[in-house]
Amino acid sequence: MPVDIDIEETCVTAYISGEIDHHNAAQLRRKIDEAVEAAYPQILILDFGAVTFMDSSGIGLVMGRYKLMRDLCGRIDIQNAPRAIGKVMRMAGIEKLISAEREDKRI
Amino acid sequence: MKPINEMKLSFESRSCNESFARSAVAAFIAVLDPNVEEISDIKTAVSEAVTNCIVHGYRDGIGVVYIHVKIFEGAKVVIIIKDKGCGIGDVKKAMEPLYTTCETGERAGLGFSIMESFMDKLKVRSRPGKGTSVTLEKSIVSKGK
Repeated sequence: MPVDIDIEETCVTAYISGEIDHHNAAQLRRKIDEAVEAAYPQILILDFGAVTFMDSSGIGLVMGRYKLMRDLCGRIDIQNAPRAIGKVMRMAGIEKLISAEREDKRI
Repeated sequence: MKPINEMKLSFESRSCNESFARSAVAAFIAVLDPNVEEISDIKTAVSEAVTNCIVHGYRDGIGVVYIHVKIFEGAKVVIIIKDKGCGIGDVKKAMEPLYTTCETGERAGLGFSIMESFMDKLKVRSRPGKGTSVTLEKSIVSKGK
């Protein structure tokens, strides 16, 4: 499960590619959390541009990172989600949650 | 009614087989010329059901996951995904959105909600100690459009 991580001052961006399911979510989670714990960013951006499949394991991944960033007094953002992946996110109300957070923290 | 085509698949409940399972089902129904959204809906629902067998049904070890896909006249697809694992004591409770018994693995508790909303029909039968069977149904209406 490949993920490229880009660290800039206060922002960590994780470019995820391939399929997100129960099998590979754990490895993905570990790599992203390592970067977050090393860089302590204000914002963690999860980029889904190269993700070809996602089931509810992806929701677990996003919610887990949401909680992690909240504990660090930061926030997460999601970008470039393809249509099918957006559909799964909407089911879980993830988009609403994140835009509310964005309004709230203004960072 | 007799199906016009069907296939059966069984494999060990290892998480590395999740991708194989949903791809195999998608490949089998490709002959119905589904569009990208229909394929993606079916793959997602199959992935949820198979993951449930692996994470919950056979939580204490490795068992066999069975998939039976039937295609009926009118491009109706019926997918039965079954395990002979621990079963579900309270199916109604298990199907509630956000309900999960898994406390360690960051499971969202949305598996059944996704199956229900991405497919036309969902039926769950389970007996504690015997196993669980999930029936997913969807008609392919797009003809590739």
